[in-house]
Amino acid sequence: MKLISKSIVSFALLVASVAFAGGPVRAQSMAGKSVSGDATPKTASKSFNVEIKDFAFAPATITVPIGAKITWVNKDEEPHTVTSTDRVFISKALDTDDQFSVTLDKPGTYEYFCSVHPRMVAKIVVVAAKDKQLMKMDKMGKMN
Amino acid sequence: MVKEKFITENLTHDGIDRRGFLKCMAWAGTGAYCVLQGGVLKSYALGGEALRNGSMSKMMKGELGFVQISDSHIGFDKAANPDVTGTLRQAIAKINALPTPPSFVLHTGDLSQLSKPDQFDTVSEVLKEIRTEKTFYVPGEHDVLDDDGAGYRERFAKGTMGDGWYSFDSAGVHFIGLVNVMNLKAGGLGNLGADQLEWLEKDVKHLKSSTPIVVFAHIPLWSIYPDWGWGTSDAVQALSYLKRFGSVTVLNGHIHQTMKKVEGNITFHTAMSTAFPQAAPGVGPGPGPLKVDAGKLRSVLGITDVNFIRGRNTLGITDSTLDSSM
Repeated sequence: MKLISKSIVSFALLVASVAFAGGPVRAQSMAGKSVSGDATPKTASKSFNVEIKDFAFAPATITVPIGAKITWVNKDEEPHTVTSTDRVFISKALDTDDQFSVTLDKPGTYEYFCSVHPRMVAKIVVVAAKDKQLMKMDKMGKMN
Repeated sequence: MVKEKFITENLTHDGIDRRGFLKCMAWAGTGAYCVLQGGVLKSYALGGEALRNGSMSKMMKGELGFVQISDSHIGFDKAANPDVTGTLRQAIAKINALPTPPSFVLHTGDLSQLSKPDQFDTVSEVLKEIRTEKTFYVPGEHDVLDDDGAGYRERFAKGTMGDGWYSFDSAGVHFIGLVNVMNLKAGGLGNLGADQLEWLEKDVKHLKSSTPIVVFAHIPLWSIYPDWGWGTSDAVQALSYLKRFGSVTVLNGHIHQTMKKVEGNITFHTAMSTAFPQAAPGVGPGPGPLKVDAGKLRSVLGITDVNFIRGRNTLGITDSTLDSSM
C-alpha cells in the first residue's frame, strides 16, 4: 500500500506541474516502471489509451471528448515519439514501456507521427462532449 | 537453412548480375568479398578458391583500406543482445586482427540506443580501442533523439557543417558523410534537406570526374523497403550530383544486414550491425530487433572492410561476420 500511495502522490505532482502550464494541451511523460496501474485517475471514463507496437499506433484513429486524457505506451523494443504534425504536443523519445499523456481541451483533428520512424502516422479527433455520436463509441475510440 | 544455402551457392559464382544481387539480399551472409571492376561487381565466398590463390591478399594491399562498422546501439539491453558493448568489442577485435590496419574507420550511425550521454561516453571510449588513425561518424536516428543531435555533434562531429555533414579526401578518394536522420516529415523517409543538398552540389563541383567518391550515411540512399522507412526521400537528387563520376560507392547502415546493388556508376552497400540483426525486408511485423538463438548471434553481426586500388577504379568490399575466421 505504501508503494501505491507514493506513486499516486508523484502522479498527482506530475499532473499538477503540467497543468500549471495551461493552454489547450497538457502533456506529461513518465518512465515505464515509475507508475503502477493503481494510479489510474478517477476520471477513467475520460482516459484513452494508445498502444505503440510493431512500429504502429493502435488504434490509428481515436475520437475523444474535450478534456479527455490520451496516454500512449511504447510496447516496442525501439524508441518512438508522439509528435503532433503541428507541434501541438511533442513527447520525448519513449523507451520500452515508457508513457506519454496529453489532455486536449480544444475540438479538432490532431494528426501526429513518430519523429524517429515517420512512416508511423495516426490521429486524434477531439469532439464536443454533447456530440451524441461519441456516446456510441467505446473507451478505445472505436465505433460500437 | 534454405536461405544460407542459397547465399553460399550464389557467392561461389565468379560474377553476378543485378538479379544475382537480389539473391545476395539476405542478412544471414557468411562473408563475401566483393570487387568492383569497371562497374561490374564480382563476389567471392570467403575461403573460396579465388581467395586461396592469392587474389584476396593482393586486394588487401591496396593503397587505401578502411573499415565500416554500424549500428552499435550502446545502451540496448533487451533479449536480442543483452551485451552490445561486448559484441562491439568483438567487432573491434576483428578490425585489430586485419593483416593491414585500416587507414580509418567509418561508423555509419546508431552509436547509441537513446542518445544518452553515458551511452555516447561508452561508445566513444570503446571505439578508442580500434587500432587506426581516426574514426569518422554520421548520426543514426537513435543518436539525435530529443536534442536535435546537439549531444552527438559535440562529441562526434565537431567542425562539421549543418547537422553534421562533411567531406574529406584520402589517397585521392573523396569521402562524403551525410546526415539523413534529421527533421523527418510525417509519412516520409530519411531526409537530407535543401541545405545539405546545396552543400553537396558545391562540394563535388570542383572535383574531376575521375575522382573516386565514397558517400556514407546512416539510412540507405536507395529505396530498399519504404514501408519500413528504408530509404531517403531526396536521395535521387543527391545522387544526381554524382552521376558524372566514374566510381561512386554508397555505404549505409540502419537495416542491420548486408545488401548490395549496382546502378550505373554507383555501387550501394549496407553493413551489418555490431549489436543485433533485423528481419529481411517485409518479413514479420516491423524492423525491430530480431532475436536469434544466442549461439547464432555472432553469425549475423559483423564489419565491412573496404579496399581501394588506384588505376583499377576498384573498391573491394568485404563483409565478415563476428564468427568468421576472416
